[in-house]
Amino acid sequence: MGLATFKGGIHPPDKKILSASSPITATKPPKIIVIPLSQHAGAPCKPVVSIGQEVKKGEMVGEPGGFVSAPVHSSVSGKVIAIAEFQNAMGRMVNSVVIENDLKEEWTALKDSPDYMNLPAAELKEKIKAAGIVGLGGAAFPTSVKLSPPKEKPIDVVIINGAECEPYLTADYRLMIEKPKDIIEGLKILMKILGVSKGFVGIENNKPDAVRKMQEAAKGASGIEVLALEVKYPQGAEKMLIRAVAGREVPPRGLPMDVGAVVQNVGTALSIFEAARYGKPLIERVVTVTGEGIKEPKNLMARVGTKISELIEECGGFRDDVAKVVAGGPMMGFALSSLDVPVTKGTSGVLVLPEEGVMHAEDYGPCIRCGRCIDVCAMGLMPSMLSILSEKGMYEEAKEYNLFDCFECGSCAFVCPSKRPIVQLVRLAKSMVKP
Amino acid sequence: MEATKKEHELIVSVSPHVKSEETTSRIMWTVSLALLPAFLSGVYFFGLKALFITALCVVSAVVFEHFYLKLVNKKSVVGDGSGFLTGLLLGMNLPASLWSFSPFTVHVPIIATFVAVVITKQLFGGLGYNVFNPALIGRAFALISWPRAMTIWMTPTASFLTMDAKTTATPLGILKEAGMSELIKVFGDKVSLYEHLLTGNRAGSIGETSAIALLIGGLFLLYKKYITWHIPVSFLGTAALIAWVFGQKGALFAGDPLIHLFSGGMMLGALFMATDYVTSPSVRKAQLIFGAGCGALTMLIRLKGGFPEGVMFAILIMNCFAPLLDRGFRSKVFGAVKTVKEIKK
Repeated sequence: MGLATFKGGIHPPDKKILSASSPITATKPPKIIVIPLSQHAGAPCKPVVSIGQEVKKGEMVGEPGGFVSAPVHSSVSGKVIAIAEFQNAMGRMVNSVVIENDLKEEWTALKDSPDYMNLPAAELKEKIKAAGIVGLGGAAFPTSVKLSPPKEKPIDVVIINGAECEPYLTADYRLMIEKPKDIIEGLKILMKILGVSKGFVGIENNKPDAVRKMQEAAKGASGIEVLALEVKYPQGAEKMLIRAVAGREVPPRGLPMDVGAVVQNVGTALSIFEAARYGKPLIERVVTVTGEGIKEPKNLMARVGTKISELIEECGGFRDDVAKVVAGGPMMGFALSSLDVPVTKGTSGVLVLPEEGVMHAEDYGPCIRCGRCIDVCAMGLMPSMLSILSEKGMYEEAKEYNLFDCFECGSCAFVCPSKRPIVQLVRLAKSMVKP
Repeated sequence: MEATKKEHELIVSVSPHVKSEETTSRIMWTVSLALLPAFLSGVYFFGLKALFITALCVVSAVVFEHFYLKLVNKKSVVGDGSGFLTGLLLGMNLPASLWSFSPFTVHVPIIATFVAVVITKQLFGGLGYNVFNPALIGRAFALISWPRAMTIWMTPTASFLTMDAKTTATPLGILKEAGMSELIKVFGDKVSLYEHLLTGNRAGSIGETSAIALLIGGLFLLYKKYITWHIPVSFLGTAALIAWVFGQKGALFAGDPLIHLFSGGMMLGALFMATDYVTSPSVRKAQLIFGAGCGALTMLIRLKGGFPEGVMFAILIMNCFAPLLDRGFRSKVFGAVKTVKEIKK
């Protein structure tokens, strides 16, 4: 029998070898950090510090601005020198707290709980919320919200996403190699909070050593299963992962909870463990700095707020012919217009691409209706039609072709022989009509 | 260039940031390459005339496309190979006997190419927007306009330089006029008939005669994943089924499907013409219906129609239905098939 997977998908060159063998190393302490008050899906935070105020490492600097929100904390000890709008990786201006590092590394008081597994579920959830934990896979959805499903949507399975299907990225891989026990503990905490007896870890089979390490770590834990999945992008997309691991299909426009599932990334699981065990807020994360355009690809433990340019320096700087720098992976990441933007909770990688291989947006041809995009669409859409309708301004018609079911994984644009900017056209259409 | 790239030089574009190496022109040139065995076989059996006719079509196609695009101020796309492929396909669909100066018929391929490239393809919006297969419209136009010249079939000679070849009837022509027993008699016996059909040693259009050469090219395209099995299998399967059931006059289930599969333009049509991306459906399920329709219409024309051969009209008729089929068999959205309840059971 083949490995579990979903229908459709693509096999881009995975390029993980560039950084896979590099252990996670801490960056030099940044002198100045910029902490955006909105680094998650949902309401932006309200600042709770003022200019000139001394803050400790781990101290909250922004409180949640609503139910779907997550607090942000300082990743250094030092002085608040500005609260103003700064550009983020997506190119938007976001209200941010700027802190000058005094290099003393003084932590705020954290609540240690060696006995965390015996805490009541509500208290564990509170710890996760207070730690500002959001999904670290990229979407940055506040975890505490995912852990508060409405009563009519009972959850019976928790899935840890170790697919890391984006080419180049190795952050989750390194975590599974280096901290498998802590990730499994994170999963146990999640299962306890949700009152679930079944937990899975899904890992693409191009990381057999990670599968082995995680299986060893899960040994003896009841109800936890570590599964090797077929290597295929977008295996790590929530809906595809649930399909592969649990055999359930989330209905169109639905959420994982509609089929009783909660999915969390491995990095998120680790943060959950650290929040429950040590009371540690989410102030740092693993960022893979990689690509053919960087001198020494690395997996860095980077503090939230560190400038991307500093990570690039840390990795020996650019090679000669850099054309594009992407925050995230090559399939769904954002191309940066400036390197003077901070690492946020959702930054999984910094990808530096040389001129060779970078597509220029204007060099595309007409759709020749070859059907490749239809074959690879994991959502069962017709990207060819969506792109043509959007190109012609027929946005309402695009809606009839299930425009809003597209989650922009980019598989269609990857395989398109005419190099059509299908994702761009889909986003354009989405912005022109109401869902 | 200095090692630290200036920021304003960074390229910003929408994801994905990596793309496959497949390009439209690579597809066109690969399909052309896959046609090479059948083309060479045509030149082997019909000599220099076959070469000249095909070359004439290819050159006219490229020239017409180039100048038309210049005329309407569009970027010339000659390098993408689609004009070349149209010319090649059209040439391979014509009889080699058109290379004749008395009576003069050399203008026929040129005008057919004009109809294919300029009228059928470019006037409908260019690559990707034409409704009908350009090469087949070109051929249909020529057949209707010059019915006599388009049905003079050279006897395969296997003598490369022969310019004054004898003419003969195609196997399907014999089948239509004189019936199965006569066809077998002409070729000696059934085995010999199969042999001639497979190797291409029979009268017909330049590129359609050698079933083996076409199969080699078709399998190469399947292996390269440039076409899928859906259209060829449903096309040939439906035609074979009908040939078997209704192929014999006066008796059901007594027909010979192999003779029908390997004669006329069946192989060329099913492997290379009906599989044209632009004029066939892109949804795989719709392709099955499309192929079955092509197979059924081909056999309807062959068995009941006035023409001995029906591949061309069958594909052209089904071309009309391609958009409709795509709409009707639109792919199902993930999760829409099974409801939550069903899964939980």
